[in-house]
Amino acid sequence: MIWNEHAECMDREQLLKLQNERLRNMVSRLYYNVPFYRKKFQEAGIDPGDITGIHQLKDLPTTTKQDLRDNYPFGLFAVPQSEIVRLHASSGTTGKPTVGGYTRADLRTWSEVVARSLYAAGVDKNDVVHVSYGYGLFTGGLGIHQGAQKIGATVIPASGGNTKKQLQIMHDFGSTVLACTPSYALYLADTMKELGMDPSELKLRRGIFGAEPWTEEMRREIEAKLHLKALDIYGLTEVIGPGVAMECEHQKGLHIFEDHFIPEIVDPNTLQPVPHGQVGELLFTTVTKEGMPLLRYRTRDLTTMTVEKCACGRTLARLNKFLGRSDDMLIIRGVNVFPSQIESVLLEMSETEPHYQLIVDRVNNLDILEIRVEVNEAFFSDEIRQMENLAKKIKANIESVLGISAKIKLVEPKTIERSEGKAKRVIDLRKLVD
Amino acid sequence: MLLKQLSVFLENKPGRITQVTKVLDEIGVNITAFNIADTSEFGILRMIVDNIDTALQALKAQGFSVRTTQVVGLVVPHQPGGMHQALEHVDKAGIEIEYMYAFAYNSKAAVIIKADDTQKLVDVLSGSGYHVLQEGELIQD
Repeated sequence: MIWNEHAECMDREQLLKLQNERLRNMVSRLYYNVPFYRKKFQEAGIDPGDITGIHQLKDLPTTTKQDLRDNYPFGLFAVPQSEIVRLHASSGTTGKPTVGGYTRADLRTWSEVVARSLYAAGVDKNDVVHVSYGYGLFTGGLGIHQGAQKIGATVIPASGGNTKKQLQIMHDFGSTVLACTPSYALYLADTMKELGMDPSELKLRRGIFGAEPWTEEMRREIEAKLHLKALDIYGLTEVIGPGVAMECEHQKGLHIFEDHFIPEIVDPNTLQPVPHGQVGELLFTTVTKEGMPLLRYRTRDLTTMTVEKCACGRTLARLNKFLGRSDDMLIIRGVNVFPSQIESVLLEMSETEPHYQLIVDRVNNLDILEIRVEVNEAFFSDEIRQMENLAKKIKANIESVLGISAKIKLVEPKTIERSEGKAKRVIDLRKLVD
Repeated sequence: MLLKQLSVFLENKPGRITQVTKVLDEIGVNITAFNIADTSEFGILRMIVDNIDTALQALKAQGFSVRTTQVVGLVVPHQPGGMHQALEHVDKAGIEIEYMYAFAYNSKAAVIIKADDTQKLVDVLSGSGYHVLQEGELIQD
């Protein structure tokens, strides 16, 4: 099913013309309304009038997460605050969240791309959409909610947590579509099993899963355990939220809604496009965004792109499997975690060495974070209680910064491997690619 | 009147205690009393040794987290109620015991006690006529 055939199946030449026109418009908005971008253009000697189309994107400055932090919270907004009708923020990143500001038109665009995503998954107004993404600053809950409402589906704003109640509601209200993170979907399936519930007691037929990377193996497991077709949705707060790209029922890559978000795959070092089909970092230029339009935003996700027409009829480019990150960010239970955040927590505490190691694993389909911390000789106490209090204090400080729980393991000094003088910070045991 | 105890932080890993005793063996340090406090994640090895400074240096050099703590060594009358009566004096004085462990001393019973106020503990026990061990006493034999 296709929600907006005009936009999604557009002839690629026509799409290019539209993208060029929208980029020109965006560049002039950035230049005249956002001092950050005007400065960047001036430094690069680019006049907004020089830009005629997306073939020139490679010459334009990129935007990084650090730029968003430096301009926290509203420095990159391109409209007066009176035009902003909604704020969202991504999960804790180095203390400061990443903010997204939306105008009325932005919210319409967002609903539109989520509506397209749901249709691509075969969801329509006859469906009962159970949204188990968190509601709040996180874009997942409200993002899917608005799109599901737009297509006329019956929306259940379940939000996260209270799994048994969720299952009861799914059962009693006859939910046909489940929207949540893939790891939560598996957790739901396991809880069902514990409760002696059979998936055939539910009417689920589609799953809209995203906000964290997952493998084909996980997909097969979810599909088998919940008796539904599991589809991948992609998005990020900085760009708009869920609905930047979505898999169709053919499950052959995620269609990027290119009339709104122009993708590039570039070499993370040179920021120049890589040859077609090669792995590179994914960048987005949000040509229609009014509130916080971003130019060549660096997602740090490494992937490849396909531009051939899909069997579903869409002409939109497709993202293939995500192959990792070009930075050290980890996504743990849907939350962005940078090792530097953990380091700064430890540095602020006088009792520990900033020598640590993160061990991430997926146990029973849930991400587990263990932080190994070297005990400072000066603080080492021979009282168990004091050592346990130290571990508790580290745990509480980490949780308040990251927003997720972690297991703290105190280890002997100099036992964390140091490679060329620098500690090996992260061991990710999760299998993210089949 | 206080004894110096050696404490070593150990992860719960096979062979860790042996690595400590190996170091002490190599430098010829004798262990008089020995105790391990453990949690699921780590343990703390506590020892009274005959040459604490040498032991401390050697263990540090091997990368162990090690420190010294002042504790009280008490010779307990080896008879029913002996331990109980000693502890009653401690309780009455309002001293809190952090931990204690027993060891044999010249075929007598002795305990190492770590309290919140170790000096007060010594005063209370010696004031009540108990034999509180001195640093040199443990080394002779």
